[in-house]
Amino acid sequence: MATAPDLQSLKVDYKRNPMLPWPFHIKRVKHETEDTFTVELQPSGDLAEFSFQPGQFNMVYVYGVGEIPISISGDPANAKILVHTTRAVGTVTKAMDKLVRGDILGIRGPYGTPWPIEKSSGQDVVFVAGGIGLAPLRPALYEVVAHREKYGKVVLLYGTRTPADVLFREELEGWRARFDLEIYVTVDRAMSGWRGNVGVVTNLISRAPFDPRNTQAFVCGPEIMMRFTAMELHKRGVSNEHIYVSLERNMKCAIGLCGHCQFGPVFVCKDGPVFQYNQIKDMLVRWEI
Amino acid sequence: MEDLRKILAEHPFFKELKEEYLALIVGCASNVRTDAGKIVFREGEEANQFYLIRSGRVVIQLMTPNKGPVVIETLDEGDILGWSWLVPPYIRHFDAKAVELTRMIALDGKCLRNKCENDHHLGYELLKRFSEIMIKRLESTRFQLLDIYGDRS
Repeated sequence: MATAPDLQSLKVDYKRNPMLPWPFHIKRVKHETEDTFTVELQPSGDLAEFSFQPGQFNMVYVYGVGEIPISISGDPANAKILVHTTRAVGTVTKAMDKLVRGDILGIRGPYGTPWPIEKSSGQDVVFVAGGIGLAPLRPALYEVVAHREKYGKVVLLYGTRTPADVLFREELEGWRARFDLEIYVTVDRAMSGWRGNVGVVTNLISRAPFDPRNTQAFVCGPEIMMRFTAMELHKRGVSNEHIYVSLERNMKCAIGLCGHCQFGPVFVCKDGPVFQYNQIKDMLVRWEI
Repeated sequence: MEDLRKILAEHPFFKELKEEYLALIVGCASNVRTDAGKIVFREGEEANQFYLIRSGRVVIQLMTPNKGPVVIETLDEGDILGWSWLVPPYIRHFDAKAVELTRMIALDGKCLRNKCENDHHLGYELLKRFSEIMIKRLESTRFQLLDIYGDRS
């Protein structure tokens, strides 16, 4: 792996050039599951803080290996620490998984549209997460929990593969212990020792405690899961205008120039990744896109 | 009996069912409770009942030779448990186990089967309602088979 740049010798104004990554020090690496890990990063040099809105992503550069888009999974109220959670599945994420405290990652961002949390004020908020899709939703959850009084019922429905794949376990337990949050976790497969729910996440929607006529739903997970979730939410009475999903495509430049992430008439990096479901639902079932 | 009638009438599964059919079904119903860890029914048993879960949780599981019991799905309040009573050879295909104290309304499937044979309108009504449950479970199973959480990076 190539060495990180010498920050002192670089006289580049990172803030002005959206294509140049800013060096961030790894402060902590936490392995959430067998293949999923979280890195906590601290900005270096002149950049003291990093602000973002829930739902946005960064382009994360492992020096000498490559750059990939990863959603931000940390608390938007904490601008001192940038948090990313990802699975070690590709060349870049596998290289990232080998990094340790003190190593440097390049960051460009934040990019993309946020979850429209402000629209949910006075309404019930339902988060539906599938697998690693909980990571991009976590900043929105932090935001809603921090201003809990502004919202009606707050529900998280989280589905994942097996009990061993449950992310942010301690945090989920903490939220579950609160009386003002409804947290439901389900897994697709389990042995009889698992005391939680087994079944797909869409099964939780029909009996989750929220008023469908006064609900904003934020959905993130594999595309097929989001499609079926939107269908179930709609069946329950939530209008498509109140359902938001986060898409993932082949983001490269992240500023809507290169066209790699074009999805019909939109660029996922610039017009998304968070979309109102109505805006993209017809395209999700078109194979040629 | 009046309590049972009220509960059944208010349950979505029996929604808009003719009053006479509801009365018939109430005649086949009884309250049951199963303690945590107890088996409700086992694979291979005759399927002569189905259940409406009022409170608690039941897992549907399958015994595998090397792994022991694998849980397929969890059912809880409001769910219907068991549809093998409706389809020959009326044999259970899975185990059902209560994972906490569970209160249910048990419906006598054998009695209902006979009534359905004699009144095809009732049979069709029940078949329509159970088909919906079967389709939903089939969809869930397909979803589980896709192993969708393995793909997203």
